[in-house]
Amino acid sequence: MDAKELIARRVAREVRPGSLVNLGIGLPSMVANFVSAELGVFFQAENGVIGLGARPPEGMEDHHLTDAGGGFVTAVPGAASIDSAMSFGLIRGGHLDMTVLGGLQVDEAGHLANWKVPGKMVPGMGGAMDLVTGAARVVVAMQHAAKGQSKIVRRCTLPLTAVRRVDLVVTDLAVIEPGEAGLVLRERAPGVSVEDIIAATEAALVVPDDVPEMILT
Amino acid sequence: MKGALDPQAAAELIPEGASLMIGGFMAVGTPERLIDAIVARGIGGLTVIANDTAMPGKGIGKLISAGLVRRVIASHIGLNPETQAKMIAGDIVCDLVPQGTLIERIRAGGMGLGGVLTPTGLGTDVEEGKQVVEVDGRRFLLETPLTADFALVGAWQADYIGNLSYMLTAQNFNPIIALAGRTVIAEAESIVPVGVIPPDAVRTPGVLVDHLLIRAI
Repeated sequence: MDAKELIARRVAREVRPGSLVNLGIGLPSMVANFVSAELGVFFQAENGVIGLGARPPEGMEDHHLTDAGGGFVTAVPGAASIDSAMSFGLIRGGHLDMTVLGGLQVDEAGHLANWKVPGKMVPGMGGAMDLVTGAARVVVAMQHAAKGQSKIVRRCTLPLTAVRRVDLVVTDLAVIEPGEAGLVLRERAPGVSVEDIIAATEAALVVPDDVPEMILT
Repeated sequence: MKGALDPQAAAELIPEGASLMIGGFMAVGTPERLIDAIVARGIGGLTVIANDTAMPGKGIGKLISAGLVRRVIASHIGLNPETQAKMIAGDIVCDLVPQGTLIERIRAGGMGLGGVLTPTGLGTDVEEGKQVVEVDGRRFLLETPLTADFALVGAWQADYIGNLSYMLTAQNFNPIIALAGRTVIAEAESIVPVGVIPPDAVRTPGVLVDHLLIRAI
């Protein structure tokens, strides 16, 4: 299993039945593939739909119906279309149960940086700042390291997305829960030891006596 | 509503240096025939207020490629490399605004409010230079209202008096900008007799619309 699929399968276990969930573009959007339809989950795309469905068959796309990345989607039965003020009212107003976002860095305070690399990448924050500020639960789904550098750092050197502490970080090596006491190592990926994780992590980790292996969907 | 205009006549209403709010999310819901008419007439020095600048060859991306835009106020420009290149070269000034804040600033402008208080952006680069207001022990950023000389609205159906309805994720910013433009020009996919759009399906009342674009051929 490749690293991204492993992360998506683990994050899928965080999705609660009947909840409203917003998935960021890229890796986070893969989570939907591993959430059973029986759970009755509604996915929101912030460009204006509650009840995002799978990609339509080739040649049957509707140019009025896309996700926040601009890709063609369908809507599930029970879906609702909304304007941008309603969409962000849901996000900012605490009506969104969970968001899953990619990350560039997460630090020991649980702060996320994911929207800007000064001088290199200035795409704009889109909806990320509102999502991290307003969602009831924020899960970061990202690779543990990029170009050999740990993305779990002591203190973010990139501009923060929000000062709110994220709730959970899922990487290809570990599940980490930021809290008052710092970053708690909750789970390890299959075949990965606690020592491997500590060696691959710049930030200090709080390591409980028992760190079980991830269970994947 | 002052009757239907052809795209060329609509573009002639817009002077050099005008500010335009333009509906659409990655060009979904963007009034493309109006954009084409502005490009054909070569109206320069524009300020564009919109969610994003789409991509080269689509929607607002056509205005960017034609070099007609001096300033952009948007939440995301990451999918249009031309906007980013022109920003870095100093040809375009970009104000990047969180998406939920951008739509609320437009809503405030259109609804006669003096601003909005939002928690989004607190403690980040977005806070710079802004007033922080405390309400019942919670901190918020004061974000100021936005209006524009013109709102260019993309709709699904219009009737003869300018009532508008939208389709799925093509509504996005459109119903909100229709309140915030001093002159509102709407381009609909089809124009139907009065009464065909049921009152409950009207999302933008015709009283807000100044001009309708003639039907597409």
